[in-house]
Amino acid sequence: MKTWQKMTIRIAALSIAAVAMAGCSTAKNNGSQGNNPGKTVKIGVNMELSGSAAGYGQQQKQGIQLAVNKINRSGGIKVGKSKKKIQLVIRDNKTSNTTAASVAAQLVNNDKVVAVVGPAATNAGTASIPNMTKAAVPSVSPSATDPDYTLQKNGDVQKYIFRACFQNNFQGSSAAKFMTNTLKAKRVAVLTDNSSDYGTGLTKAFKKTYTGTVASSQTFQEGDKDFNAILTALKHKKIDAIYAPGYYSELGLIIKQARQAGINVPIVGSDGMADAKLTKIAGKASANNVYYTTPFSTKSGDTNAIAASFLKDFKAKYHTTAPTFSALAYDSVYMVKAAIENEGSANSVKITDGLAKLKNFKGVTGTITMNQHHNPEKSMIVEQLTKGEVQRTYNVK
Amino acid sequence: MQTIGQQLINGLSLGSIYALLALGYTMVYGIIKLINFAHGDIYMLGAFWGYFVINKLHFNFLFAMLSAMLFCALVGVIIEYFAYRPLRKSPRITALITAIGVSFLLENGMTYFFTANTRNFPQAIQTVTYHLGGIQISNIQLLILGTACLLMLLLELIIKRTKMGKAMRAVSVDPEAAQLVGININHTISFTFALGSAMAGAAGVLIGLYYNSIDPLMGMTPGIKAFVAAVIGGIGSVPGASLGGFLIGLLETAVQAVGLSAYKDAVVYFVLIVILLVLPAGIFGKKTKEKV
Repeated sequence: MKTWQKMTIRIAALSIAAVAMAGCSTAKNNGSQGNNPGKTVKIGVNMELSGSAAGYGQQQKQGIQLAVNKINRSGGIKVGKSKKKIQLVIRDNKTSNTTAASVAAQLVNNDKVVAVVGPAATNAGTASIPNMTKAAVPSVSPSATDPDYTLQKNGDVQKYIFRACFQNNFQGSSAAKFMTNTLKAKRVAVLTDNSSDYGTGLTKAFKKTYTGTVASSQTFQEGDKDFNAILTALKHKKIDAIYAPGYYSELGLIIKQARQAGINVPIVGSDGMADAKLTKIAGKASANNVYYTTPFSTKSGDTNAIAASFLKDFKAKYHTTAPTFSALAYDSVYMVKAAIENEGSANSVKITDGLAKLKNFKGVTGTITMNQHHNPEKSMIVEQLTKGEVQRTYNVK
Repeated sequence: MQTIGQQLINGLSLGSIYALLALGYTMVYGIIKLINFAHGDIYMLGAFWGYFVINKLHFNFLFAMLSAMLFCALVGVIIEYFAYRPLRKSPRITALITAIGVSFLLENGMTYFFTANTRNFPQAIQTVTYHLGGIQISNIQLLILGTACLLMLLLELIIKRTKMGKAMRAVSVDPEAAQLVGININHTISFTFALGSAMAGAAGVLIGLYYNSIDPLMGMTPGIKAFVAAVIGGIGSVPGASLGGFLIGLLETAVQAVGLSAYKDAVVYFVLIVILLVLPAGIFGKKTKEKV
């Protein structure tokens, strides 16, 4: 009896070991790396659809769906000689880093997507990098702006990680140059959204480049509604301008409350402000003397035919003016499409190569060339709001 | 001096909102010893109700606010009936967890139906700014302060002078004895929820008008701050909640005024800890002796 028991255990142990080994070997010896497309090209969306960043995530989802509908209506993506339709797999990461990581694993391992769009925020994006890299599937984030997002700890580029937006250093230093050269601001106050890497990163980059005096540096949190106390304190500081990197939901309130408090100096912000909602929240009368750095605006359609058709389609489908986040997400999908068509293959590793080699890609947010750090190079413009309307645009070198 | 006066006004308008919310927490706690974490979300529902009736039905501001109070009172009673009443005999922690669940349900339900986008609240009243000796105060700030004080006074009258108020006080002291003398506990508790939620509804519409921006998660932070205000004032005590609300509003403003905006929430919670250490029952809380 005893020997029989021992035998069973031994056989069981051996078979477990064998299964485990087999698992290893399939993972290592699989001829072609990465995921391959089936009848359709499956693109995953790892997005903040609920939780604190849901506002931005939902806008990006709209941009993604608009792009996919448009591509599918014209027959799909040209893969080699045939055309394949896109199948979206949309999953909610609930604005949580751990969920973002498990959503990434689900998308690449179970759904077998060949590319992922998202996540929106740098934190959630960084959490999903290991799973993307392990599966050799590229991801394009429409809005992860942290400079280190596409880099490894030692400074090498993350092979599978791309973004469609500006990185903070570029945008923050452009704002600093604009304020020194064009606005001639010698003393500024900085108001930072310190609940996001976006706000803190931009402020860091701004302070590094700005040569004048920073008279006051204050912070606020995402979701804050009352800025009267900070603004009242700023009023007597003799400042020439305010630099306030953040999103339109808070910036709209800052502009409104600043103007009501009698602070009329220029307020300069970042592309998180480039949204028609900014004027709606601030009120037309208050949205004066407001500037922001952006790759895209509602006026982009005047000079860029792709942006014009995007703005038109977006309005027709969602009955509202397209926000920047939707534009960036729309471009992310088209970047994946361009990568597939340039490489002639929808294998995930091939898409990665295609994205890294992307050159002169004509998108809604400008003409994009991917640099060696997987940051898109496109031109930066500064827009000026007067009575809530974009009145002038400046190019920043 | 001007700056200090201006900051005082900023603090008071912020504080009056916290006070209105804190009243709901404190009344519900006083009567059934439940911290109703869904209270901040009822405030959000009030703001959305105001948004829809002003935009779609073209109500004027007064009617929008009164209907929001009515609507929120109804929502409060429904939540109590379905979520808390079946748990009245269960351990307190069960009801507390249910409250958090209701809060999530309201937040995510609204996000699902109306998207998480920030909306601009219709400006039913034109903002007029008055200048008084270098201090600016807008008609909306005055409206908020006035409405808040009026509602608090009204609440105090209801609790102290009416039969229902007497019943509420009786139930909060000893529910079983109250029942023995013929008080209908269920009605009394429903009434308390209705009152507290109506306050939150009014606060929601006022905030919508004041800041011009509403979203489904707008109740989270103010909800927690108001809870802190209720605890500082002595949870269960109505004047305590009002005082706590104004204290938190002034404190937050003061911290930002001296340039420590990054620590404004930290300071609020730090004060909470200190008060709990020094006065565990809060400023106006009753000291209860427990027999061991």
